[in-house]
Parts: sequence; C-alpha cells; structure tokens
Amino acid sequence: MARKFISGNDAVAEGVRLARPHVISAYPITPQTIVVERLSDFCEDGSLKAIYMHVESEHSALAAAMGVSSVGARAFTATSSQGLLYMAENLPYASGARMPIVMMNANRALATPWNIYGDQMDSMFLLNAGWIQVYVEDAQEALDMMIQSYKIAEDPRVMTPFMVNLDGFVLTHTYEVVDVPEQELVDAYLPPLKLAENMMSLEAPKSLCITAGNNFNMEFKIKQNEEMNASTAIIAEVDASFAEVFGRKYHGLLEAIACDDAEVILITTGSVAGTSRMIIEEYRNKGHKVGLIKLRYLRPFPTEALAKVLKDAKAVGVVDKNISFGYEGTIFTNVNSAILQSGLTPKVHNFICGLGGRDVTKENIREMFDALLSSAAGDSCEKIHYMNVRCAL
Amino acid sequence: MNKPKMKSFTEPKTVTDYPLGATCPSDHITSINAGWRTYRPVIDQEKCVLCMRCFLVCPDGVIDKSSDRLEIDYDFCKGCGVCAYECKPKAIKMVKEAEFNG
Amino acid sequence: MMPKITAKNLTNDELFYGHKACGGCGESLAVRLAMKILGERTFASLPAGCMSAVSFIYPNMAFKTNAIITPFASTGAVAAGVAAGLKALGIENTYSVGFAGDGGTADIGLQALSGAIDRGDQIIYFCNDNEAYMNTGIQKSGLTPYGTRTTTSPAGENLPGSVTTKKNMFEIVAAHDIAYAATASVGYLEDYMMKVEKAKSVKGTSYIHILAPCPTGWGTPSEITISLAKEAVDCGLWYLAEYENGEFKLNKDPKAFTPVADYVKKQGRFKHLTETDIEHLETQRDKKWLKMRRDWNK
Repeated sequence: MARKFISGNDAVAEGVRLARPHVISAYPITPQTIVVERLSDFCEDGSLKAIYMHVESEHSALAAAMGVSSVGARAFTATSSQGLLYMAENLPYASGARMPIVMMNANRALATPWNIYGDQMDSMFLLNAGWIQVYVEDAQEALDMMIQSYKIAEDPRVMTPFMVNLDGFVLTHTYEVVDVPEQELVDAYLPPLKLAENMMSLEAPKSLCITAGNNFNMEFKIKQNEEMNASTAIIAEVDASFAEVFGRKYHGLLEAIACDDAEVILITTGSVAGTSRMIIEEYRNKGHKVGLIKLRYLRPFPTEALAKVLKDAKAVGVVDKNISFGYEGTIFTNVNSAILQSGLTPKVHNFICGLGGRDVTKENIREMFDALLSSAAGDSCEKIHYMNVRCAL
Repeated sequence: MNKPKMKSFTEPKTVTDYPLGATCPSDHITSINAGWRTYRPVIDQEKCVLCMRCFLVCPDGVIDKSSDRLEIDYDFCKGCGVCAYECKPKAIKMVKEAEFNG
Repeated sequence: MMPKITAKNLTNDELFYGHKACGGCGESLAVRLAMKILGERTFASLPAGCMSAVSFIYPNMAFKTNAIITPFASTGAVAAGVAAGLKALGIENTYSVGFAGDGGTADIGLQALSGAIDRGDQIIYFCNDNEAYMNTGIQKSGLTPYGTRTTTSPAGENLPGSVTTKKNMFEIVAAHDIAYAATASVGYLEDYMMKVEKAKSVKGTSYIHILAPCPTGWGTPSEITISLAKEAVDCGLWYLAEYENGEFKLNKDPKAFTPVADYVKKQGRFKHLTETDIEHLETQRDKKWLKMRRDWNK
C-alpha cells in the first residue's frame, strides 16, 4: 500500500486506475478536469491499459460508455454541472438498459448566473434518472468508492449505473493523505465484468434498448425500481466485504454519529458531514444531545435506515446545497417523506447553504444546531433557513 | 424456403421474469405481416428467368432463392409491388388478396 | 479486385427480417442489403427513427445480429463505444455500424458523427436519406431539398415548401479527411453493394450516404421506390460519388440528364412546384455538377 498526498480528483483517478476500466470516454469540465487529465496520463504511460476516447461532448461521453458497456466491457466517465445536464438524456437510457457504468460527478452550480464552484444542484436534478447516487466526504472515500462502485454496479442483482459525487473544489481540489491499495488486492476483490443477459455477444445476439409500448412498458419499469430498492442490501454487503479486505468501512447507506441518545439530529451529505463532525464533539462536550447523519446514498434512498436513527429525535435538520425552486431543498423533501412513512413526528427544518461555492462554515453548523435545539425545546422556528447570506432576506 | 422463422413467445408471468434491462434476444420474430397486403405478388414460373432482380430489390427480403425456383414468404410480404414493377420479363403479377380468401 | 456483388451471388440469408416498415420502404432495403454484405458478426447501432421504431418492438425483434437503439443524437458515439468495447475485449473480425436517417445524421447526430470521424473510429456509418423526419410524420430536416412540402415546411401562397437546399453531408464528411465516404442510391444497388463491401476493409471510419425514397413521405406509389431512386440520379438531383485517399471521384456522369420535371411530378411532396421552382432546381443542379465535373476525378 502506498500513501500519497493528493487531491480528491487525483484520488478518483487512482481509484479508477485500480478498477481497470476498458474504456474511458470523457469530456473536460471544471472542476472535474484533473480526473480526465490524470487518466489520460495513465493511459499514455501504460499504467492503465484502457482506451481513452476523446469524445466531442458529454452527451457522447455517456453514449460511448453505453456502447462500451453494451458489449460487456467496463466503462468509466466523469463530468460536472452543465456537462451532467448536457448528457442528461442518456442517464435514464443507461439505467433502463441496466448498464453498470461508473461516473464521477464533481458537484457544481448550474448556470445562470454562471458559476464554476460547488453546490449540489446538478446531481439533484438527476435524482430520478435511475442511477445509484453516492456522496463522499473526503479523498480517501472517493478513491475507495471507485472500487466499491464497480463492485456494486456490476453485481448481477444490481446491474445499475453508479454516480459518485464529490463536492466541487472543496473535495475535488483539496489535498489529503490517501492510502492507495495494492493492485493485486483490488484485482482479487473486483474481478473482470461478467457478460450479463442484457449485453450483446456473438454467441447469443441481443437487441438492446428496445421499445416496449403501453402493453409492456410498465412492467419493465417496476422491475427496475424493485431491483434498485433491493440494491440497498448489496450496498451494505459490499461495504462490509470492502472493510474486510481494505480495512476501511463507510457504514453503507448512511453513517450515524452520536445519534443513539440524540434529541436533535442534523442530516448532511459530502464535505459538510466532515465539517459537522467537529461541531458534534464540541456540542457534546457542552452537554447538548446532538447527533449527525452522513447521508451517503440518495438513490436508493435509505428510508428504513433513516427511520431507525431518527426514531427518538425531537428535531431534525436537513442540509441542502440545492433548491428545488418553488418548493424547498430536495433532500429535505426526501427525508420528510421517509419520516412521514415511518410514523415519526419530529420538528423538521431545512438549512439551505453553500450555493455556488458559498462557504459552509463551522459557525454555520453551530447556528444549525442552535436552531434545532431551540426548536426541540418548543420554540417556534422557521422551516427553511438560508445560511451565510450576505444581505437581509 | 429458407427464411427466418417465427419464435414462440411466452409472456413473462412475474415482474422478475421480465428481461434485465431493455433487452430481447435478436432473431425473435413473433408476429407476421401478411395482413398488410391488399395485393399479392404471384410468380409465373414459366416466365421467370431467375435473374434474381426481385430477390435483390424486395425491401422485406421475402423472396427466397434457396431452391431452383423463386418462392415468396407470404407471411412477411407486405404487397408493396416493388418486385412486380422491377421484373423485366413481367413474370410477377399483383393479384387482389380477396381472390385468395374467397 | 473485389468480386462484384450481384443479385445472383448475394447471400439468401436475411439478417433484417419481419420488420414493420411501410411497404416499399427504401430505407429498409438499404439496411437489409447492407446487413447481408456485412454478415452475422455485425453490431448495429440505430438511433430513434423509422428503422429502430419498426424493428425493436418488444417482443418482435427484426435483427438477427446484435443491435442497439441509440439516443437520437448518439449513433456515432454509441457505434464508436461498441467498437472500442469489442477492441478492448479482443473480439475481432466484427463490424460496428450505424444506420441513421437524414435528420439523425445531418441535424441532431452531426456532432457525434464528426467526433467519431475525427477519432478515426473503426465504424461504418450509413445515412439513410429519405429527405425528411419521416418517423414523426414528415417534417423538414437539414437534408430536405428545396421545394419539398413537409408538415413543417408547408407549400402555400407564400412559400414553395422548404426554402433551403440539402446540407452537403458528403463533402462535410469528406472535409474531416475521412478514410472512406460514398454516396449511393437504392436505384443503383450494385453500386451501393460495392461501396458497402469496400467499407468492410477500410481502416478507420467509413460513411455511406444512400438516397432511399419513402413512399409515405414522398407521396408515391410503393412499387416505384427503386425506379424513382434511379431517376433521382439520372436527372442529376442526386449523384454517385466516392471520397478515398483524399480524392473525390464521380462514379456516374450522365451525358444528358433526364428532365427534373418528370422526377418531381411523380411525387406528392413536389406536386405544387411551378415551372419557375423546377427551373430553380435545375439551376442548382447545374451549378453543383459544374463543380463536381471540374474538380472531381471521373
């Protein structure tokens, strides 16, 4: 095992190299660019024996990856923001075809106004695309998820494309010490992709991405949904087997931190989870019963796991680095549905922050916990809070 | 006649039985096109010089040349009339389908 | 020399059969013959359009070989991905081909096609040109000729139908310095089959642009598809050419053209054309041929 001081993007590239995709088809976009630069280097120096396709757009990046996957080869692509939305049409296409493509997405704001910095508007836009969506907290998790993602996506019970999300700049460009596993270990853990029944072959020719009219279409879609829901078990299974081999675990769908006796719980994703960990310790030392959930997967959505952790909470806060205009933060809507379905009745609050790269500071997290504690104590409190705003609301 | 054959299709009984992805085996014809025809091409074997022009130009590929005379796969002929129109010795006649059903 | 492919030596095996295209569909004939020449180790990529709509309706599958419907814009990219996947897996002696329509090629699919040619991807790309968006019900595309009545270029008191001319796809493709490009017509099938056979041994990207009448969209009787496609070439509104080793070549240079009026008057889509409109078509034709005869090898 090597230890390297590298950025989140470098860690993604290292993870991809270890996963040995056959073909990489990608188009550069800030802040994903370093990933494709590194992968081109690896293809050039021979340390990754893959074909690098210089596609002319993100739309073609994913379309080419679908062609690669359709014959049973391992495909990788990476994108961000406008690029993700440009390829949007192809996302449900790939998931309907059940192609185990892995894509890294550097979470970035959407125009307009133009902005190259991090928020999660882009991937939230595509929550309904039928892709598994994971949000990582640091560079190590980014690297490890490149390996786990193929393991999960290619499981015959799952066969679903996989999007690994890193907060733009905050994770993609931050340097950290990362353990890079041995190739032999990864090879043993992640064997080559097996030809599945939805792939083309000379032995058993197939017709792919077919038409199913109003007489058959619904059953195809129900199957897709049932099997995606069932992938929650495989996600947990792979996280456990990964821990056995590589010694690191990420607690599957979500990680609950100090939630056992917590009266208020803050639900976070990605880099905000990292910032919040420090505040938890601080508030616990002060005697506040606060807890933290690092929501890792948004699809499949961990309804049951969430309900289990939230069952005794008096107030629940949800951090959203996105807005569904005309409503609220997208994760908030999803969490509320899970709470309602589980018969829980905590007070719920939405903290909208970090849009277009606005900092989410420790002080902001403190403000969130303070609001939740006061709400739990019975004070009336606004439903939606915009954090770290530079002018009056 | 040596043309692709119809495949039997059993509708999946449960959602689990449906194909993985939007996939189906190729070479999987489950319905015929005979009902499309108003006119039916009929080959006059006496006049036919086996130039194979009709075999070449048929958009549906229903003319079979695997034996010593040309045959038409009427399950899949749509009756477009291209074969008769292109036949130089006028060996193919388009005959009203009703005449065969009476 | 390549052996000439004729009706007599062409295989009896059908690899595209039982599809639901309209009777007399020129495009389905172009696909059928190409598949016969390419053979069973072919992987076909077809975007949204007539050919995919008529041949992948669950559970009725018309392709005998591997085939995939692609997003509308993605024929070039998916076919290139298939080729890359096969190469990476070491699966040899296969063909990755795309069959797109005129809109799927000259409009929405142009970018992905350009990318594939630029990379020199090992694919054969067919543009089956029936001169409008037929699958959606006859709307104008970038390859719709001047004076064509479509449902989005109506002919009336103010407009003669489409007022633009056909995008010059063959030369656009050639301008990429593609390994091999050709135009063809379902009216000249031996020429077309020769070009498909040639594309099989090309190293890099091949492009074959074949004019294929659509009886439904053109307003013509289904039986005249082949003869009409021949007449399109004979009257000079379409041409048979190749681009190879950086050189253009005219495959057919008629001494005299048949009258354009005879060609257009057979078709409902041109029924409204006046003598002036037809003269305009002839002027365009003559300009084009002047250049081709002057600049291209014969």
